[in-house]
Amino acid sequence: MGRLPKWADVALIPLINLALALIVSGLVVLYIGENPIEAVAIMVNGAIGSTYGWGYTLYYATNFIFTGLAVAVAFHARLFNIGGEGQAGLGGLGVALVCLFIPWPHWTLALPAAILAGALFGAALAAVPAWLQAKRGSHIVITTIMFNFIASALLVYLLVNVLKKPGQMSPETARFPEGARLPSAHDMASWVGLDFSKSAPLNITFFIAILACVAVWFLIWRTRLGYQIRAFGHSEPAAVYAGINPVKITMVTMLISGALAGLMGINSVMGEAERLVIDSVQGAGFVGIAVALMGRSHPAGVFLAALLFGMLYQGGGELEFEKPAVSREMILVIQGLVILFTGALDNMVRMPLEGLFLRLRGGAR
Amino acid sequence: MTVFKTVLGAGAALAMSAVAALAEPGLIIDLGGKFDKSFNEAAYNGAQRWVKETGGSYIETELQSEAQREQNMRKMAERGANPIVVLGFANASTLERVAPDYPDTNFAIIDMVVDQPNVLSIVFAEHEGSYLVGMLAGMKTQTKTVGFIGGMDIPLIRKFACGYVQGVKAVDPSIRVIQNMTGTTPAAWNDPVKGAELARAQIAQGADVIYAAAGGTGVGVLQAAADAGIYSIGVDSNQNYMHPGSVLTSMVKRVDNAVYNVFKAGTEGTFKPGFLLMNLANDGVGYALDEYNAALITDEMKAAVEDAKAKIIAGEIKVHDYMSDDSCPVE
Repeated sequence: MGRLPKWADVALIPLINLALALIVSGLVVLYIGENPIEAVAIMVNGAIGSTYGWGYTLYYATNFIFTGLAVAVAFHARLFNIGGEGQAGLGGLGVALVCLFIPWPHWTLALPAAILAGALFGAALAAVPAWLQAKRGSHIVITTIMFNFIASALLVYLLVNVLKKPGQMSPETARFPEGARLPSAHDMASWVGLDFSKSAPLNITFFIAILACVAVWFLIWRTRLGYQIRAFGHSEPAAVYAGINPVKITMVTMLISGALAGLMGINSVMGEAERLVIDSVQGAGFVGIAVALMGRSHPAGVFLAALLFGMLYQGGGELEFEKPAVSREMILVIQGLVILFTGALDNMVRMPLEGLFLRLRGGAR
Repeated sequence: MTVFKTVLGAGAALAMSAVAALAEPGLIIDLGGKFDKSFNEAAYNGAQRWVKETGGSYIETELQSEAQREQNMRKMAERGANPIVVLGFANASTLERVAPDYPDTNFAIIDMVVDQPNVLSIVFAEHEGSYLVGMLAGMKTQTKTVGFIGGMDIPLIRKFACGYVQGVKAVDPSIRVIQNMTGTTPAAWNDPVKGAELARAQIAQGADVIYAAAGGTGVGVLQAAADAGIYSIGVDSNQNYMHPGSVLTSMVKRVDNAVYNVFKAGTEGTFKPGFLLMNLANDGVGYALDEYNAALITDEMKAAVEDAKAKIIAGEIKVHDYMSDDSCPVE
């Protein structure tokens, strides 16, 4: 009793949260002297009004799906992995190394290798905090966030001192050879005779992200390991009593989580930039936390939340471009409000709503 | 009521801007920010001057991170901005890829050469301007020690340093030049705290004139120099006004003129892609003399520098360009 019907939990509460966030954002926009209705129109049109907008929206969504799934998987074991930023960055490094130093004849060969490398590098960065948590009890929140800094320092060092193309001034690697070029949405659309904006960075990785969603769903709800992860997350003593090894579950969950975050590198490094630049993750690791929270750690929810954040990112960028009064910081405020309402202030909506449903049910009886 | 007015006003503004949105020039402000009082601000001022003189409007956006370059450039082009000015060497590899996708759009890049049929590459002879301010520093120093603080450690900034050292040594070869770089990533363009720290370290080593070639980081250098009561030299924009009596001069790099000219040529239809060198001869670089530093520069100093300037233009003095062979003949 006292629990919500499922549809209210997965759909109604996020929608109310989102509406509240948009209303407060609207007030902020109004306060700086712009028309909020018009702002929303620009954002929506910029995000989904053209294939160019869709291309960027889905590109960002792909990033957020990977980092969101990473947080979601760990969260099923009640492990809070906030190292997605660093893991994705290092995953990008793995992808870049594979693409730069092996002369691939065709992308179909380069892609599996890049997937492996990205996952491996991401998992490697998650392994140390996982081990410290499992064996030493060092809190995973603290260690993963500290590892973000280690990853970023390592990347800067490598880009400045090792990977930089000789004679070039900016700290970035050379462009990947043609054989490592993933088909973009433009290429894929032309295979089936459709027209898609040439400049959008959306690429084949989007489908890998969808596959990853399915795989995570299968893992968590259809395998023995997934059951163990969930059991461990619900109650560690009960799981141990049932013969589940907590060290193994912590390690495996975090490795999967890190690997998922690392896969983001395929999209941003191999798919879009085609070279490794500083800060290739662009905060997607942290957005992943909000995506997982909003998606209730379910792959379908993560997918939808990632789509929403993709729209916010792309639409926000367009709004900043269109309205000089709306600065980049304003867009951050709007995104921050969405995260605040969907993540942190979740109970603010949930508790009254639970009460309401309880009363409705009581009245019906 | 206010809300209603806002709604109406915004609607009207939108309607108006929709009419004027044909082939405006675009400017992408680089990392460091619009108001870095240096490189980016010079570009912004150039654009503003164009706005004031022609009454036209342009599209402007500010980069927040390395990874946004491509999207911002494409967004500008998709929006129909023409010509589009991008600032700084870091845009080169992105522009090389974006420019061919928009053959009808003209681009101009400052500080780097991009070989594409629709790109104008504008580079400056910073070593010549730095040579002149180096001479002023050499003539001004009492301690026979001067400093140089660079932003990001790249060949371009070493070009500034090398020209500066040559100028100092031309006055007196026994003067010591302390050189520091702020960092190795683009974050080094916007770190005034570290700039001030480096300046204080150089002051502790006896430097009494410090040249900051570090974008927004230089603000901290100039402040630290003013606090310690020594001289500093600004860069890119004329920064003499920031601490009158302490800023000896500024090595002005007329990024503003470059942006202004590109905007003007672009909207008048006279834009020519290719290569443009801005040096002492065409006033692309120089040293700043105004009411804020008039008391600091004596007539002899001015005469010596003007003499050197004439000789550089005439080719009698050859200032070594670090980027020509990635080395500097003097330390």
